Amino acid sequence: MALLSKKDTSLILDPLADNNPITIQVLGICSALAITAELKASIVMALSVMFVLGMGNVVISLMRNIIPSKIRIIVQLVVVAALVIMVDQVLKAFAYELSKTLSVFVGLIITNCIIMGRFEAFALANGPWRSFLDGIGNSAGYGLILIIIGFFRELLGSGTLLGFKVLGDPIEKTGLYAIGYENNGFMLLSPMALIVVGLIIWVQRSRNKALIEEN
Amino acid sequence: MSLKNNLHNLKEKYKGKKMAPAFNAIHTFLYAPNETTHSGSHVRAVDDLKRTMNTVIMALVPVLIFGIFNAGYQHYAAVDAANGVVRQASLFGNFLTWENFIMGAWTVLPLVIVSYAVGLAVEFLFAVIKGHEVEEGYLVTGMLVPLIVPIDTPLWMLAVAVVFGVVIGKEVFGGTGMNILNPALTIRAFLFFAYPTWMSGDKVWVHQAVDLAGGPDAISGETILGYLAQGKGAEMSYSVADMFFGFIPGSVGETSTILILLGGLFLIYSKIASWRIMLSAVLGALVMGLIFNGVVDAGWITETSKFYGLMSFAFWQHLIVGGLAFGIVYMATDPVTGAQTNKGKWFYGFFIGFISVLIRVFNPAYPEGVFLAILLMNVFAPTIDHYVVRGNINKRLKRAKNATILPRDGEGKAQELKAETV
Repeated sequence: MALLSKKDTSLILDPLADNNPITIQVLGICSALAITAELKASIVMALSVMFVLGMGNVVISLMRNIIPSKIRIIVQLVVVAALVIMVDQVLKAFAYELSKTLSVFVGLIITNCIIMGRFEAFALANGPWRSFLDGIGNSAGYGLILIIIGFFRELLGSGTLLGFKVLGDPIEKTGLYAIGYENNGFMLLSPMALIVVGLIIWVQRSRNKALIEEN
Repeated sequence: MSLKNNLHNLKEKYKGKKMAPAFNAIHTFLYAPNETTHSGSHVRAVDDLKRTMNTVIMALVPVLIFGIFNAGYQHYAAVDAANGVVRQASLFGNFLTWENFIMGAWTVLPLVIVSYAVGLAVEFLFAVIKGHEVEEGYLVTGMLVPLIVPIDTPLWMLAVAVVFGVVIGKEVFGGTGMNILNPALTIRAFLFFAYPTWMSGDKVWVHQAVDLAGGPDAISGETILGYLAQGKGAEMSYSVADMFFGFIPGSVGETSTILILLGGLFLIYSKIASWRIMLSAVLGALVMGLIFNGVVDAGWITETSKFYGLMSFAFWQHLIVGGLAFGIVYMATDPVTGAQTNKGKWFYGFFIGFISVLIRVFNPAYPEGVFLAILLMNVFAPTIDHYVVRGNINKRLKRAKNATILPRDGEGKAQELKAETV
């Protein structure tokens, strides 16, 4: 017996490509623009969202039959807030510098549309195991885009990857900098992150024509 | 058989092939097409988009030639200044010399070549992929780009910026005629945000100043706005005539106000560019300049303020320094990205001038704002047009509601008829 049925596999794999939360549903754009100047921050953000969404989906799914539907938004907020505070505390304890970089955006995971969207659309109507897979899949799709953006922004904007100077030292003029290469400061600004998101959407839609909407 | 006939025959031969758009682009660039419309009424004229673009390029050629001489002149003037000799510019004495021309051509022409080669390569690539005809939009952009960048901009940066500007500024919107932002200014803005150290300061405006920096032969050349922004207006040795004729450091083609003025008059005479935009932009700049002068005169701001230098600059002199004149004449009047309605053009132009001087004074990092102002108004141009059109519709509806048509003589009773057309 396979570990995951075909239906379950699609819960994880669909959000990675053809149903991506960022490039198709255009959710969670705000944090994708704000914290992707460094690859490390992107990865930590992706992991944080994965934890919050995976656990949150399970908790909501377990409680789905006892939550009165009139106050379900409040209950969802309480669950996600509790999880986000846990993430925030862990980051502050073990990665203080990074939590400074991420600043309010860890707290703002609460308002990330993807999370409330998955609670509403999936966890309230499905069992805990499938909800967990759905949460992991969607946050992986979100994280994948974040990491792609973070990779290009850090590489072209700062000439580094995860802090390592992969293109040489801009002050000592080694590596690529010796032949006159310069970092692209525009990459460090949020508008360029939006353009990178746009380029990813462009590439994705030109590879898969089914995604193009009829006008 | 003449070249023209050969090209016509070749076009028939390659019709429908993948490379046909690329070939047709060269063909129609040289000659008017030999086919005519067969159905319906039509006007036969050869002043198509290519001819329009070429007119603008003609207006830019004097500016380019002046820019070449000025590039050489500013280099030698800066070398003299480093040796303690202050140069007095004289047109035939030390400006129109072979020495200046050769040095200028050696630095400016590569910018022109890279701009055209990269930009047209992107255009041809998109035309072949998408299977449409090559669009003429890049002809003017390619000439504008080298004129609005600092002289020593590295060629690879220019190439990266051109690819960005043509793809993101134009092709993603659907190509020439569909773009929201002026592609040349998108390229300039990209360079400004991506490589700020190459776009500002006192080293980039003079050829070789960056290479020689820190050494015994170091030279520098600050723009007039740069002097003013640092509150060093008194150290400046340029006269008003220098500013007007263009013997000052700056981006390649922006310095000579008189040639830009002549180019503008030529564009107005040939009805290519809108005089409404140019005039209202000049008015906008003058109004903002007057407001700043008024603030200084009223004593609200003192010499200790870091804005004092630029604010106290005589309001009309804003027009003859920096890129304001160049932007107003060649960029703001872009028929695609500008306002389309006549009333809208007044608002559009006015705010370009107004905001340009505003940004110029208050931008702490870089004392110039023409390109930002024009890009901002590019974004607002459709909104301006929308309200002008709405206003006109409302006016006419009101007139239609109030209109009465008197009955003709001979009819029995006076009755009010509803106006059908107003």
